[in-house]
Amino acid sequence: MDFNDTPAEATFRQEVREWLEANAPTADELQGLDEIARSKLWQKRKYDAGWACIRWPTEYGGRGATAIENVIWGQEEGKFNVPGGVFGIGQGMAAPTLMAWANEDQKREHLPKLASGEHIWCQLFSEPAGGSDLAALRTKAEKDGDEWVINGQKIWTSGAHYSDFGIIVVRTDPEVPKHRGLTYFFLDMKSPGIEVKPIKQISGGANFNEVYFTDVRIPDEQRLGAVGQGWQVSLTTLMNERAAIGGGGGGVGFSRVYRLAQRVTIDDKPAIEDSSVRAKLANWYCQETGLKYTGYRSLTALSRGETPGPENSIGKLVGASKLQDMASFAMDLCELSGAMQGELAEEYGMYPGAYMGAPGGRIAGGSDEIMLNILAERVLGMPQDIRPDKGIPFSQIPTGANN
Amino acid sequence: MNFEFSDEQNQLRDQAQSFLSDNCPPAKVREILEGDEPYDKQLWQSIAELGWLSTVIPENHGGLGLSYYELVVIAEEIGRVVAPVPFSSSVYLASEAILQFGSDAQKQKWLPRFATGEAIGTFAFGEGAGRPSPGSIQTAATEHDISGTKYPVPDGDVADVAIVVSSCDSGDGVSLYLVDLSDVQRDVISTLDPSRSHAKLTFDRSPAELLGSAGNGWGMTNQILDRAAVLFAWEQVGGSQAALEQAKAYAMERYAFGRPIAGFQAIKHKLANVYVKNTLARSNCYYGTWALDENNAELALAAATSRVSATQAFYFASKENIQTHGGMGFTWEFDCQFFYRRAKLLSVNIGSESWWQDRLITAYEQSNQADAA
Repeated sequence: MDFNDTPAEATFRQEVREWLEANAPTADELQGLDEIARSKLWQKRKYDAGWACIRWPTEYGGRGATAIENVIWGQEEGKFNVPGGVFGIGQGMAAPTLMAWANEDQKREHLPKLASGEHIWCQLFSEPAGGSDLAALRTKAEKDGDEWVINGQKIWTSGAHYSDFGIIVVRTDPEVPKHRGLTYFFLDMKSPGIEVKPIKQISGGANFNEVYFTDVRIPDEQRLGAVGQGWQVSLTTLMNERAAIGGGGGGVGFSRVYRLAQRVTIDDKPAIEDSSVRAKLANWYCQETGLKYTGYRSLTALSRGETPGPENSIGKLVGASKLQDMASFAMDLCELSGAMQGELAEEYGMYPGAYMGAPGGRIAGGSDEIMLNILAERVLGMPQDIRPDKGIPFSQIPTGANN
Repeated sequence: MNFEFSDEQNQLRDQAQSFLSDNCPPAKVREILEGDEPYDKQLWQSIAELGWLSTVIPENHGGLGLSYYELVVIAEEIGRVVAPVPFSSSVYLASEAILQFGSDAQKQKWLPRFATGEAIGTFAFGEGAGRPSPGSIQTAATEHDISGTKYPVPDGDVADVAIVVSSCDSGDGVSLYLVDLSDVQRDVISTLDPSRSHAKLTFDRSPAELLGSAGNGWGMTNQILDRAAVLFAWEQVGGSQAALEQAKAYAMERYAFGRPIAGFQAIKHKLANVYVKNTLARSNCYYGTWALDENNAELALAAATSRVSATQAFYFASKENIQTHGGMGFTWEFDCQFFYRRAKLLSVNIGSESWWQDRLITAYEQSNQADAA
């Protein structure tokens, strides 16, 4: 165990730092650009210099870097206020799935465009009838010559409105038990028959969409895995989803709330001198470092050739609630003005926004309850729930009248 | 960067685990818990023979001169079996204090004896209820002797020597003294965990020898606590893990409503939450161990982080272990009580959760000031 850089790692870190210092976009460069344009500008600059998706093999647009080098990159890039976010699903979930399941031509075609930021991808998994019970999805695909014809509806699709491609799981056989009748594809989001409708969230944003499919045609060659193997392919995506979502903190983390507690007062003294404030902050600090070092331990396992396991579910499980609780507590520290947003609220106005966004984090990518089930079943080896739908054909599974 | 134990360290873990499962089964813990013996002397002797007491003591003082990574591997295993031995007092506190602050003569005198288990050391800090501070210490020393009362002192009834926290008029108001306990009055104290013995020590002009410099004792005490906190945290992590395993094993074989209770989400989610707390605590302990082994500027912060999360994890695991067992967990006959007792004992032995939460923020403030400077 050694938390210090080896000489080679230190050299690498120095190289990363120097490049970032010389190339991170300035505020002037980003002026007037929307989030997508900003993200694309930065991503392309990284790609051209060989600093995009550095863990990927060079032939797919990466740098062939090690897991630890990727951590170093993340640590150093994190010190700069650079745009990003719109590529998370494509690079973090679609790309690992393509690497595991696509053919060589497809990988060479799509991965470099994901790395360069030329293409944005979305993930079309959840449906009105299948969220936590993802395998209950109903969108169907029927074979027609060398193509599949898709009809149905997806929901909670982040970024569908600006995505170029999507990964999708659909039902190809309703007459077999539900996990066995699924097939996985990727598709062009500009295909005829796709309609995207934004969903307004309680946070006021509209990052998610409903996506309707009416006779949308997908070439069979865009199938990933065998017909009926869609569930296994999905698991590749889902494990990477949890690793990706777990990382986010929405800007409300220990150091920010600590600084807030230094500025606001309790009984004429800085709030940070109050013992109950210190106790709460200490707990969140422990969670934050605990998650950070748990992540690093997974990376050590990864760099030894072990596959990342379901223990990665911890990051999202703990991180999402922590964000919610910290946003709520930060508003309390502001006392009577805690709920204020907008100009008058100054920088404190971010906390209500984080508070309103936080419930989404506890649901997206597998709810808290699903994460706990995964940990109990796949890490601790406890029995699965009794499932009335187990082993019977999908078409005969009871459904509620409202589904 | 590398965030795992080495193969050799994992091998040591396997050896320790297999040795302790043979030599410290629950029945042994129960013997001490229910009996009059203050600790398991046979186990202590075997542990000494294995060299565990001397893990980080340098070779020129009769030790193995290994790193703290080896010591924490052992600490975790000691915690896993809730071993009824004075390991923490002698190894994490007394040996560490002398290693850090002792003169050459003091090291020569005590470390070889601690290494073989021939002498047991302890740290005499508390003086009854309340959070200690330089102003709260009543025990006082003259140039060559010390007077006052210390309680509860872990292993104070069986220790040969204590590092005693004493008030003084200079510096930070505290000095540390080495006191030979052979002629000191000791009264055994009952605690919630009789598998670990405690005593009240009454010093009445007892001969005492200064440890480190006078008037620097509060600073030294804090360093001793920081170092011990990482090692205690590993015992706590070991105990948490064992409590989780015990709860899971019971839930898997206990049937209700026609199936093992481990299949119910109420139990699955409970134990998954135990697993999460244990995992975060363990990861923080990695960080603490690195800072301890390097003795670097992050130690105070890393130690408090390890300590707070391990204290919380063990408390949670031990109480939910009883809960998972239902009524049987509340019976004397079942072993769930071992973890529940030890969790609370360890959480107050070197200061409470809230004290360590406060220390964590203080350490963060100091490390940030250092960064800014």
